Amino acid sequence: MTTSLHLWLIPLLPLIGAAINGLLGKKFSRQNVVRVALIFCGAAFAMALYVAYRFPSLAMPHLETVAPWIRIGSLQVDFAFYLDQLSLVMLLVVTGVGFLIHIYSVGYMWEEGGFYRFFSYLNLFMFFMLTLVLASNYLMMFIGWEGVGLASYLLIGFWFTKDSAAAAGKKAFIVNRIGDFGFLIALFLLIKHFGSLNFVEVFQSISPLKPETAGIGLLTTIGILLMLGACGKSAQIPLYVWLPDAMEGPTPVSALIHAATMVTAGVYMVSRSHVIFERAPWALMVVAIIGTLTAFFAATIGICQTDIKKVLAYSTVSQLGYMFMACGVGAFSMGIFHLMTHAFFKGLLFLAAGSVIHAVGGEQDMRKMGGLRTKIPWTFWTMTAATFAIAGFPPLAGFYSKDAILWQAYSSPYGSWVYWFVGVFTAFLTSFYMFRQWFLTFFGEYRGEGGEHHDPHAGAVSAPHGDEHGHGGIHESPKVMLVPLVVLAVFSVIGGWVGSARFGGFLSPVFHSALPAVQMAAREPGLSEGVLTVISVLAALFGFGLAWLLYKQRPQLPRQIAETLGGFYVAVLNKYYVDEIYATLFVKPLVDGSTHILWQGIDRDVIDAAVDGGADGAREVSDTVRHMQSGNLRSYAGWIAAGAAVVIVYMIWMGTR
Amino acid sequence: MVPLSYYLALSGILFACGVTGFLIKRNIITIFMSIELMLNGVNLSFVAFAAHWHALSGQVFVFFVMVVAAAETAVGLAIIIAVYRTRETLNVDQINLLKL
Amino acid sequence: MLHLILFLAFGAVCVAGAVNLLVQRHPINSALSLVVVMGALAGEYLLLGAEFVGAVQVIVYAGAIMVLFVFVIMLLNAGVEERTKGSRVALLFGIPGMVIGSVLIAWVLLTRSGSGEVAIGALPGPPKEIAQLLFHQFLLPFEVTSVLVLIAIMGAVVLAAKPGPAQPEKKEE
Repeated sequence: MTTSLHLWLIPLLPLIGAAINGLLGKKFSRQNVVRVALIFCGAAFAMALYVAYRFPSLAMPHLETVAPWIRIGSLQVDFAFYLDQLSLVMLLVVTGVGFLIHIYSVGYMWEEGGFYRFFSYLNLFMFFMLTLVLASNYLMMFIGWEGVGLASYLLIGFWFTKDSAAAAGKKAFIVNRIGDFGFLIALFLLIKHFGSLNFVEVFQSISPLKPETAGIGLLTTIGILLMLGACGKSAQIPLYVWLPDAMEGPTPVSALIHAATMVTAGVYMVSRSHVIFERAPWALMVVAIIGTLTAFFAATIGICQTDIKKVLAYSTVSQLGYMFMACGVGAFSMGIFHLMTHAFFKGLLFLAAGSVIHAVGGEQDMRKMGGLRTKIPWTFWTMTAATFAIAGFPPLAGFYSKDAILWQAYSSPYGSWVYWFVGVFTAFLTSFYMFRQWFLTFFGEYRGEGGEHHDPHAGAVSAPHGDEHGHGGIHESPKVMLVPLVVLAVFSVIGGWVGSARFGGFLSPVFHSALPAVQMAAREPGLSEGVLTVISVLAALFGFGLAWLLYKQRPQLPRQIAETLGGFYVAVLNKYYVDEIYATLFVKPLVDGSTHILWQGIDRDVIDAAVDGGADGAREVSDTVRHMQSGNLRSYAGWIAAGAAVVIVYMIWMGTR
Repeated sequence: MVPLSYYLALSGILFACGVTGFLIKRNIITIFMSIELMLNGVNLSFVAFAAHWHALSGQVFVFFVMVVAAAETAVGLAIIIAVYRTRETLNVDQINLLKL
Repeated sequence: MLHLILFLAFGAVCVAGAVNLLVQRHPINSALSLVVVMGALAGEYLLLGAEFVGAVQVIVYAGAIMVLFVFVIMLLNAGVEERTKGSRVALLFGIPGMVIGSVLIAWVLLTRSGSGEVAIGALPGPPKEIAQLLFHQFLLPFEVTSVLVLIAIMGAVVLAAKPGPAQPEKKEE
């Protein structure tokens, strides 16, 4: 903490942008809204670059305390920022990709209503995400955690007049909440047992502890609870169901939040807490199993999806599973490496998909696309780069990171060939469904109606996409949308060239563990890394070949295969009915219980009845008493006499006592 | 020598008759007269006690009671006349506009 | 002995008059019964030695107030009370009630009060003594009562006055 870099400025600048656009943006012209949004986001990016420039000269970890916050007894939580290699990587990814997506959104959302609102929310999201990444204690991270959930809700439900969008926003927030519950309990346990939430203090307290190999102890519990939080935020089993629905939001939102940054918060959090996980082998195993299972499961759903964005959504869930697999076998830096490359190519895939949707006038069903490669060449070539990257073809970025994960899954002391095998099979599936999408969208005959003046409301999940283009037909996107595509494509190609070894080396000061020997001895891996690399490339090629066969050469085959598989195919097509199962098991009982017990039983029949009953009782009493006021003199006389009699009797009685 | 309680008993009987007349009669003038009967019963009680305790102020009080009774009678009968003018009846059951 | 006989005699007249007031149906009869009651009460007062009070009773109460009552009864031409179902019920409950009430009160007073006897003419109340009290100790109530009477007179005049003929003439204009 020798020199202060004023890290607090980095989250603050987008917040100011969000406030200006949110409060005053309604009166601004579109250009001004854009200027405000881009200036503040760009400033944050510039500051991140400056921090990176100054990085080598800083002491690690670099802490900056801005203001005290909670000082209760021995618990001390401040507004403080933390910078080390891990947060620097996250910082650059978030600000860089975020800035590019801001630029893209200018073009994509130009004709939409609520323009200022969109950019206000985007900047708000950047504020929260940067708080999350730069936080120096779990509570500040939780602020960012909750805040990105809020921004996600606002942005998914951006077109809130549409019922499905509003419902999707609610679903995302509520499912996230379930994960947040786990996160919170973990925080409480940390406070109780370690008396602090600061990373530095907590990790120092935990370092000398021995790994809990015997069973489920405190650290394992904390680890599993943290993982539950990560499952909610990063869409792993069983809390992934919100991510496909989140495609209701505008495509830049899907790119930024649901591909590149927000969903990776869970991976970041698990990596940041590696000290805890390394001493809780059972928790690590849970992480690895969930990650592997999710990767495979989501990939199987992805191969049947027909909406271009839903394919990418399930692909995101699957790739996040890879990152958690990496963390679960102890290779945290490889998880972060994949996080970075994934931000590049998945962000690019979503932005390019948005460009495609924009080109065909709002259609999102791939069955109605085709033959677009000659009509939108820039989009085509950038998306091709991203598709090859995600499939894991060398020398593009995805190959390096995915391969490193698979090698670690195979050879790490926590790993096993089972993880590797499922991972390779999932890589084959990934390649297959990505190239399926590629062939369906860009090759063959054009099967849609976007030739004439387009109907903007054609797509299932599509937005009220503006119709005032003035030009009909399929058209390339404007330059403001293409430039970010090209930049991301470049990074998708070269992003992996830093190499897993150098990347891991860069992050090693963070992940070095003064861990007393992990009780499992380093295993003798059977096959060498080279062999495994060849196998994974073959898997990618096989996926490409199968997709080429089914969707280019013999387009009638997929239908025949689907009919042969029959019920199994239908199940996969309907996402294994998970949403329906959840609705029956959880949602319906809760809603029914709430309706019948809480609303009708308690609120209406007890509380309201008590209040109304009080009022009714008062009315009935006064109805009875009112008969005293009859206007009849003699009844008044009678009452007077009776009252007098009572008083006299009482006085006589008192007198004779 | 008559015990004091005899006077008081007589006073009480007169008072009870007054109350009964007040309650069961329908002619408003008769009701008014029952009130006067009650007052007279009480006057007797005052005088009896004054004699018992040799306190002349009891009789002075009776004087005041009579004055007030006179005033009250005057005003009350004026009211009865006024009511009779509008209602054309002296039956107290038909003077029931006092209802809210 | 004489005191007791006289007391009982006057008392019987009182009670008879009171009961007759209840029983009679024409208000004029009730008024005349009340005059009898007041006369008998004046006798009771004299037995107790309250001369001034007894005289004032006859002059003011029986002589002025009851006359006023009779005037009003004649003026309003009050008629006989009809026998309705309600009045029959009232008589059915009222008379026994009154009897019970009276008996109860009398019994309580006769059995429970302490011993105290009043001699005939026990406390003489000549006007001179009463005047002394009235103008010394009870001066303020005396003056206030005179104001009260004044107000009563004014109130009675206003309340009983007929609505003047001036108002309808004004409306015709």
